[in-house]
Amino acid sequence: MKADSHGLSQAQDHGHEPEAVPSDISLRVKALESLLVEKGLVDPAALDSLVDAYENKIGPRNGARVVARAWVDPAYKQRLLTDATAAIAELGYGGRGGEHMVVVENTPKLHNLVVCTLCSCYPWPVLGLPPVWYKSAPYRSRAVIDPRGVLREFGLEIGGDVEVRVWDSTAELRYLVLPERPVGSEQLSEEALVALVTRDAMIGVAKVTLPREESRT
Amino acid sequence: MNGVHDMGGMHGMGPIQNQVGEPVFHERWEARAFALTVAMAAWQKWTLDASRHQRELIPASEYLVLSYYEKWIAGLVELLVKNGLLTAAEVESRTPAPHSPRETPPLTAEKVLSTIAFGGPASRDLPMNARFQLGQRVRVRNLHPTGHTRLPRYSRGKLGTIDRDHGVFVFPDTNAHFLGEKPQHVYSVRFAARELWGDSAAARDGVYVDMWDDYLEPA
Repeated sequence: MKADSHGLSQAQDHGHEPEAVPSDISLRVKALESLLVEKGLVDPAALDSLVDAYENKIGPRNGARVVARAWVDPAYKQRLLTDATAAIAELGYGGRGGEHMVVVENTPKLHNLVVCTLCSCYPWPVLGLPPVWYKSAPYRSRAVIDPRGVLREFGLEIGGDVEVRVWDSTAELRYLVLPERPVGSEQLSEEALVALVTRDAMIGVAKVTLPREESRT
Repeated sequence: MNGVHDMGGMHGMGPIQNQVGEPVFHERWEARAFALTVAMAAWQKWTLDASRHQRELIPASEYLVLSYYEKWIAGLVELLVKNGLLTAAEVESRTPAPHSPRETPPLTAEKVLSTIAFGGPASRDLPMNARFQLGQRVRVRNLHPTGHTRLPRYSRGKLGTIDRDHGVFVFPDTNAHFLGEKPQHVYSVRFAARELWGDSAAARDGVYVDMWDDYLEPA
């Protein structure tokens, strides 16, 4: 049975902790996959390809490229804020989980934060799949009622003179935060800027900062 | 439905667990659960709205303790059985029913990247009139549907302002139940944080919620 190759041995190949005894859920998922493969309902190679896409091809590096381009190219930034889906497609990103994109810009007087209180909506083409905290109860419940407290928990203190806007992704619009370009990054190339932009900054729970060495120079 | 999934504004859920250097999938079964859910959606036996609703139907006491992909698998198994792709007996026995025909999967490895790139747009290119204009004051209807809805409880009955008109989209409340797409305008509605949460919220803060025409009435 083909599905055998996707069991524990592969888990070890990927450097994950091997389980001494496979968990119940791991066995149930394996049995479900085998059943669906046997009935010809699913192609195991398609599953491999899907996993590979989201582990290796689609992730926050895509969003970082969008942000860095917006920082160096004012015309692109304008297009991004007006029609994010089209502007993001210019860089080759789009599709599943990001069919309808909106980009919201942070400024010294405005901080944006993205949540999905009802499930786990997240802009897949530019950020990949969401981290566990984003789709878990503590964040989903508190981001709308206490955004400043949530941000403090992430180590970010927002001043009283700054407006906080929370975007609850209740429809098929997907939100990406355009963070502020860090002071002192004027000399950096677009490629160097890409390396600075983090997933958390594009959700709105962090700011983009320079590495210490660079901020000293 | 007024389910536990509708969490906005709840207290008591504990601290945020931020894991530094978190992998995309924590264990191999999570990766397979994710891929199975996406691959089986390619049969087009159910809508994205229906699959969301299926996860909302997980009993509250389980919803809060199951991990994310455990919920996905629970929802997927229900959808497979409800829509006739598997029988309950097959799920139980973990083997195909005798003499069951061998199908051909709609999603092959070669089609994965193009399928992801196309996605599944929920917008509809229809000349529908918008019921509300930018800047208009609106009140959220006090609706409590027992089926699927994307209207969060914390916004019901509240006053907001139309901030953007996103265009015409499929309506999840009907689409999740195979009652048609009922396309209509979706707006980003701004609510003052104090309108939602009272005077303890910061005066200048706001929450933006995407809302369909049917959720709103003129203020």
